[in-house]
Amino acid sequence: MGDFFKSRLFWIALAIVIVASTLPLYVSGYILGLLTVAYYFGVFAMSWDLLFGFAGEVNFGPTFLIGVGAYTAGILNSEYGWSVYLCILLGAMASVIAGFLLALPALRVRGPYFGLTTLVAVLMLQNFIVVFAGLTGGEIGLTIPDVITIDAGANYWIALGFMTISAIILYGLSQSPVGLVLQASGQDPVQAGALGFNIVKHKLAAFVVSAFFSGLSGALLVFYFGTASVGTVVDIAVGVQVIVAAVLGGRRTVLGAALGAIFLIVAGEFLRPTGELATFIVSTVALLVILFFPNGFLGTVLAHGERS
Amino acid sequence: MSGDRQSAPVLEIRGLTKRFGGLTAVKNLGFDLRAGEIFGLIGPNGSGKSTAMKAIMGIERPTSGDVIFLGENVAGLPAHKIARKGFGMVFQHSRPLNRQTVLENIMVALLPDSLFMLFPDQALTERAKWIAERVGLGAVMDRRPPTLPFADLRRLELAKAIARDPKVVLVDEPFAGLTLGEVGTFSELIRSFRDEGRAVLLVDHNVKSVAALVDRVLAMYLGEEIVTGRADEVMRNETVRRVYLGGAIETSARPETSFKDKVPLLQVENVSVRYGKAQALENVSIHVHQGEFVSVVGLNGAGKTTLFNTISGFLPYSGEIVRDGERLRGTSPARIARSGIVQCPESRELFGEMSVRENLDLGGQHLSDQDKDKQISWLFELFPILQQRQGQMAQTLSGGEQQMLAIGRALMMQPKILILDEPTLGLAPVILEQLSKALEKLRQTTPITVLLGEQNVTFALPHADRVYVLEHARIVWEGDPGRFAAEAGQGYL
Repeated sequence: MGDFFKSRLFWIALAIVIVASTLPLYVSGYILGLLTVAYYFGVFAMSWDLLFGFAGEVNFGPTFLIGVGAYTAGILNSEYGWSVYLCILLGAMASVIAGFLLALPALRVRGPYFGLTTLVAVLMLQNFIVVFAGLTGGEIGLTIPDVITIDAGANYWIALGFMTISAIILYGLSQSPVGLVLQASGQDPVQAGALGFNIVKHKLAAFVVSAFFSGLSGALLVFYFGTASVGTVVDIAVGVQVIVAAVLGGRRTVLGAALGAIFLIVAGEFLRPTGELATFIVSTVALLVILFFPNGFLGTVLAHGERS
Repeated sequence: MSGDRQSAPVLEIRGLTKRFGGLTAVKNLGFDLRAGEIFGLIGPNGSGKSTAMKAIMGIERPTSGDVIFLGENVAGLPAHKIARKGFGMVFQHSRPLNRQTVLENIMVALLPDSLFMLFPDQALTERAKWIAERVGLGAVMDRRPPTLPFADLRRLELAKAIARDPKVVLVDEPFAGLTLGEVGTFSELIRSFRDEGRAVLLVDHNVKSVAALVDRVLAMYLGEEIVTGRADEVMRNETVRRVYLGGAIETSARPETSFKDKVPLLQVENVSVRYGKAQALENVSIHVHQGEFVSVVGLNGAGKTTLFNTISGFLPYSGEIVRDGERLRGTSPARIARSGIVQCPESRELFGEMSVRENLDLGGQHLSDQDKDKQISWLFELFPILQQRQGQMAQTLSGGEQQMLAIGRALMMQPKILILDEPTLGLAPVILEQLSKALEKLRQTTPITVLLGEQNVTFALPHADRVYVLEHARIVWEGDPGRFAAEAGQGYL
């Protein structure tokens, strides 16, 4: 861990945080709002990388975890009027429980079947929301009475702080002894088992951690938006965006995933004048990066660092 | 009493059986392993030795039988529980953590199976350093695995296996991919494990490679024990000799001068192939004449499949492969196959969910309907069983029938050179006889050229006109099959 403070990664991360903290001084509220969303997305992507990059499991349904957290928090607030912070906490807890219940049976099946199980979970959640429209707001979305604050600056600081703390915890976890065992389990499960590690236990724990941060971030996001809708926190397309962000940023780097998410959201917005083409251009860039720099932004930069 | 305890086995295997569907890979295996002993589990490819090792370690769940460790039956426990009881396993292939250093890789092996180990423990680092020194990785502790030579990666595997001071060490093919000098160093290391009082179980293909190392050997064939004893006793055993060398082999070689072509049909010249850091072929040169039947014999891992895959165009190589005076480099595998060099691979690669007939039709796809019918009826004469099984799904055939279908499909392509890679793998002796007859008929009645790769010498020699012996990626002997037993047979046990 001592080496970390001398590493290139640390300096990159520090520079980004410093730049991000000075932004409110000279950019518009509109851009701050955009970045607020991007930072929450960054946490989605980092949580996803913990599973894909370290546990070696492809979770096609990150929005299952995000959606459960977001909707639980939103519904509790709109139905019972409980305090925002309690709702956020309970949302994260609900996501952990849902993630645990999903992963426990899903981890028994191998390879692509795990991914398919997680995909089906998203479809089920989406269906549930549409069917129980009275509770969830259905396809129109759920209007949430409270928000954390309406001040764009404060919202920005909350999102940046949350992303930074999540990044420190998730990155620290990935580099800790447990993280190494997780990585070994993902890379060579047979050998990790023969070294005396209960692989299912470690992967399950990773899933629970991933669920906690996804759910927490999802809950914070709905209290920023003031609404929860399928299109913003549950739809498969949102999940795909999270996955693309993580791969784009760099597999197995955790921090890269956040960069990828910020890039996707900011680039999509800046290209908005091109109309329908925006999504196409962003997707093309993502595809090219994945094809020619499979290690992603951060993975590529770090690999150069190691060689020089 | 204390003397009694000293000789009490650390590990007792009783009636160990492992079935995969209808296939019994390990049948009623039993042996004892004592502290301070190196025990070899030996058998040709497909004999079930690796499965037996995995069943002991808990990687495969035994179908029945006991694995008694210090008086406690651990059979059926998952691998991680068995490992914590005092087992370490050295894998042949490994995927170390490439972004971590050698030292960190060893440290992982030392960690407890806990979710709350968030900060590295200094004592573990010290222990990891000590282990690194112990296996000869002291100088490269801070390097990352991708920068290490192959032998050091193997050392890393040894280090991980002994990290938690196991009482039983299982080693899968200790010398695979190592040079002769490295074999010596690794033998010393494994001996030192024994001298520390560990019980060591080795799995390998032949007795010879581990003879100098093991105290006792159990030879297996088709999942069952043939004999257990000292290495030299086992090597003298009649059944063992028959399994590896065959009994009295009748050969019917045609002298090389009887082949009319001045330049051989297929020439492999100084071909070398590497898989990452492991040398799979080293300056291999062989040639095959028009109409000749050439056998390449060698144990599993010697490089036979690599040689054939190189000829078929699947692997990059240095050196030259020349066919009919034309260099094959740069030709795609599909084109090579269509031009008449057809490989029947070791793994058979049948289309399991297609019928026997559909598999054959695919092989003969380029033929006109008339030629295809002719070729199929000729093939059904060669393998009558395939005619009866025409409508059956390929994956429901028995092992022997599948092999016949694989050869049949290759023959449907009307090969000029047929490459057969280990057709006998895992097949019972009766089936071998049928295959052997078919090959003899092929040789007598067609002008086909055959290149056969085998570890089963009994099967490889009778039809061969010439034999090459491949060992550790190199051709070590070439000659007449009649001279094989006298000149090269000993090294083969």
